[in-house]
Amino acid sequence: MKSASPPQIAIVEYGMGNVRSVQNALEKLGSRAVITADPAALAAADGLVLPGVGAFGLAMENLRGRGLVECLNRQVLEREQPILGICLGMQLFAERSFEMGEYEGLGWIPGRVEKIDSLSRLQVPHVGWNETTPGAENPLYRNIPADSHFYFDHSYHFACEPGFTASTVSYGHDLVAAVRKKNIFGVQFHPEKSQSAGLRILRNYLNFVGGGC
Amino acid sequence: MLKKRILAVLTVKDGLVVQSIGFKKYLPVGKPEIAVDFLNRWGVDEIAINVIDASRRGRVERELLERVSEFCFVPLTYGGGIRSVEDMKELVQAGADKIMLNSLFRQSPEMVSEGARHFGNQAMVVSIDCVKTPQGYRAWDHLSRKALQESPVEHVKRAEACGAGEIFLNSVDEDGRGRGYDLELAREVAQAATVPVILCGGVGHASDIAAGLAVKNVAAAAVGNFFHYTEHSVTLAKAFLKAGGIPLRLDTYFNYAESKFDGEGRLVKKPDHALKEMLFEFHPMEKI
Repeated sequence: MKSASPPQIAIVEYGMGNVRSVQNALEKLGSRAVITADPAALAAADGLVLPGVGAFGLAMENLRGRGLVECLNRQVLEREQPILGICLGMQLFAERSFEMGEYEGLGWIPGRVEKIDSLSRLQVPHVGWNETTPGAENPLYRNIPADSHFYFDHSYHFACEPGFTASTVSYGHDLVAAVRKKNIFGVQFHPEKSQSAGLRILRNYLNFVGGGC
Repeated sequence: MLKKRILAVLTVKDGLVVQSIGFKKYLPVGKPEIAVDFLNRWGVDEIAINVIDASRRGRVERELLERVSEFCFVPLTYGGGIRSVEDMKELVQAGADKIMLNSLFRQSPEMVSEGARHFGNQAMVVSIDCVKTPQGYRAWDHLSRKALQESPVEHVKRAEACGAGEIFLNSVDEDGRGRGYDLELAREVAQAATVPVILCGGVGHASDIAAGLAVKNVAAAAVGNFFHYTEHSVTLAKAFLKAGGIPLRLDTYFNYAESKFDGEGRLVKKPDHALKEMLFEFHPMEKI
């Protein structure tokens, strides 16, 4: 057991969705988690979480409106502060999205956000518990049993460059379930709503934030 | 592969979870946060909280939701007493993932679209109570306690057009009876709906859940009373359903994979020598 104090996490508040669940989950794991839009508080944290449920265009507008885009660019790209994007939060890492129009994203990971192809005659949105297939070594997937299920709820998916795909989920096609680029992590599912399997993902993220491994 | 979902419904009245029978008789069960905590440990896929006296009180139960969300690591739906987008915002902030509308949808259907614009279609659940009448199935209004002119399918079509992401289909006749879901109603609605349909009302045995999930296009089975009275009720039901070939998530630390069930889904007692051996097994708490 490490005796070091648990990492401090800042959950980015930008008016998109149920952030309280993310805080509950992180606190259950013993970390200190604050919900904030204050650049100083974000910079002071050991790691960031960018949650989000809702529409892409509105989310970017809210980030810009709160002056958070420059702040996040500086923290994540220049200072390499770890960040975990959840659901829409992960999709915001893309260069652009085609959800109800065309919008520019944060552009951290090459790729675009597109509607799930319903040609496969599956119901869209993709709602419910599904298994994921992790790619090569990924710190987020340590100690996760192979048949674990995660809770998905989305109509759009992140078609990112294969080099950054950390895991996939099968729904008609293989869709991106997780991404990684150095200090940038993202998951399409909701780890805070995926019970033990989800809490393990968050534990792994906290370990990465705390130990940098 | 995407799994069928098992939801637990907590019917709340006067701040307590109650057993509901036929939409008119209520028996107390206990504190909502305790029920939520146990249902989580037992591996339920989703929880829906339905506060049945909120409409009459004219307010949403924010504090209750805050209390239970602390124990809830699966999607949480809240229904009851919602009158505006402001109410919905308050609920989402307090920990709700989905908002369930019933009477508000009938009074002002545009509130569903309004909610979907703020929180996405996936967050909007329209709940429909149905009764069987000589003219066929009809939607039912719990405030006036009367059947409406509209058929369940018409009701669902209208909800979908407004942007509902899921339909929560409840049978007033079967509520709390323990005789199984109204499968005829389920077939009628699930065939017509294009969004996921959640069945509710009437489960008395795990085999009733199997029958409901066997209806084409039914995405989820909701269970109320049946989950309250047995230890590990959710895990046991899932183990039985999974053994019957229904694709389900069974990720709990304990999974009854080795157990035997009877036709209705009751656990069969293990032989005495097996129980004797189990007496000395040590099962530590799961660490994450």
